[in-house]
Amino acid sequence: MATLKVPVTPSDHIQGPADAPVTMVEYGDYECAHCGLAHPIVKAVQRQFARKVRLVFRHFPLNQVHPHAESAAESAEFAGAAGRFWEMHDGIYENQESLGLPLLFALVGALGLSESDLREALTTAKYAPKVRNDFLGGVRSGVNGTPTFFINDQRHDASYAFDDLVAAIEPHLYARARL
Amino acid sequence: MAQILSAGTPAPEFTLRVTPDQLLSLRDLQGKPVIIAFYPADWSPICGDQVTLYNEILPEFRRHGAELLGISVDGVWCHKAFMEHRRLHFPLLADFEPKGAVARSYGAYREGEGVAERALFVVDRDGVIFWSYRSPIAVNPGADGILDALERLPNRSERHGHAESSSHAV
Repeated sequence: MATLKVPVTPSDHIQGPADAPVTMVEYGDYECAHCGLAHPIVKAVQRQFARKVRLVFRHFPLNQVHPHAESAAESAEFAGAAGRFWEMHDGIYENQESLGLPLLFALVGALGLSESDLREALTTAKYAPKVRNDFLGGVRSGVNGTPTFFINDQRHDASYAFDDLVAAIEPHLYARARL
Repeated sequence: MAQILSAGTPAPEFTLRVTPDQLLSLRDLQGKPVIIAFYPADWSPICGDQVTLYNEILPEFRRHGAELLGISVDGVWCHKAFMEHRRLHFPLLADFEPKGAVARSYGAYREGEGVAERALFVVDRDGVIFWSYRSPIAVNPGADGILDALERLPNRSERHGHAESSSHAV
């Protein structure tokens, strides 16, 4: 079974406490329809387990089939540099049907960040190395499409349906409780 | 179920149609590592993910000097439409007539269904299989195994005799 080869570090985008018994790493693409469908499910999983699950998001843009995926990922990193990654992340997925540069600029503007700075960052591909680094780490971990989830470092090969994610997470909570 | 050919076996030679008017032979690529990805069918959702993934990872494969070939029993016109649709930058070969002959020679043909297995081979610069893997038919194998194999491939200068023992982080 494929396992996560790149450990979670502070340079990752993380929601939830560092000592949560379960870490769920998602490799996603902002233009991938399945990732868009998974987005509210991931939120529901986070609500279900509250502070027992820590979520990490890493980029896995499939640029040849998704022409806006890279600019969306770099824009999320741009917002992340200002401490606003998750708001941008949610904004992109919640408006995925209109994904494109106008949306990215509008979202950045709504966060009170500079649109001209975003333009500069995209033009100079400032955050491309970070995105590529996520992608390559995902490849080495056996990411085989998007979204791919790792639950406590094990690739989740079942579907991203709520029940399947919950079923994969619960044993890790019980294992902890027995200690 | 047939066994796929394993490491150490000379890779069976083949010549297949790669476009409606072009042929490609394995020997044309001798001197380079070759990744051969057999897959069951164009257009099926899982294969789509697999070829899309490999298309994105192509720069990494090329960094190792490797060429990637996809092979299925689909015909050239089907491959052509599929390649254009997915914007693929690597060749898809048609193992079409006699159907599945090349897949069969690699032990990667599913008699019952009449399609290729989802099987991966990394062939070294001398035309010998260095690594092979058959994935469950419904599981996209990803690319981690291929990249691990490419990194373990001996360099050209020291390729004789110790294929599996050398390990180079590139």
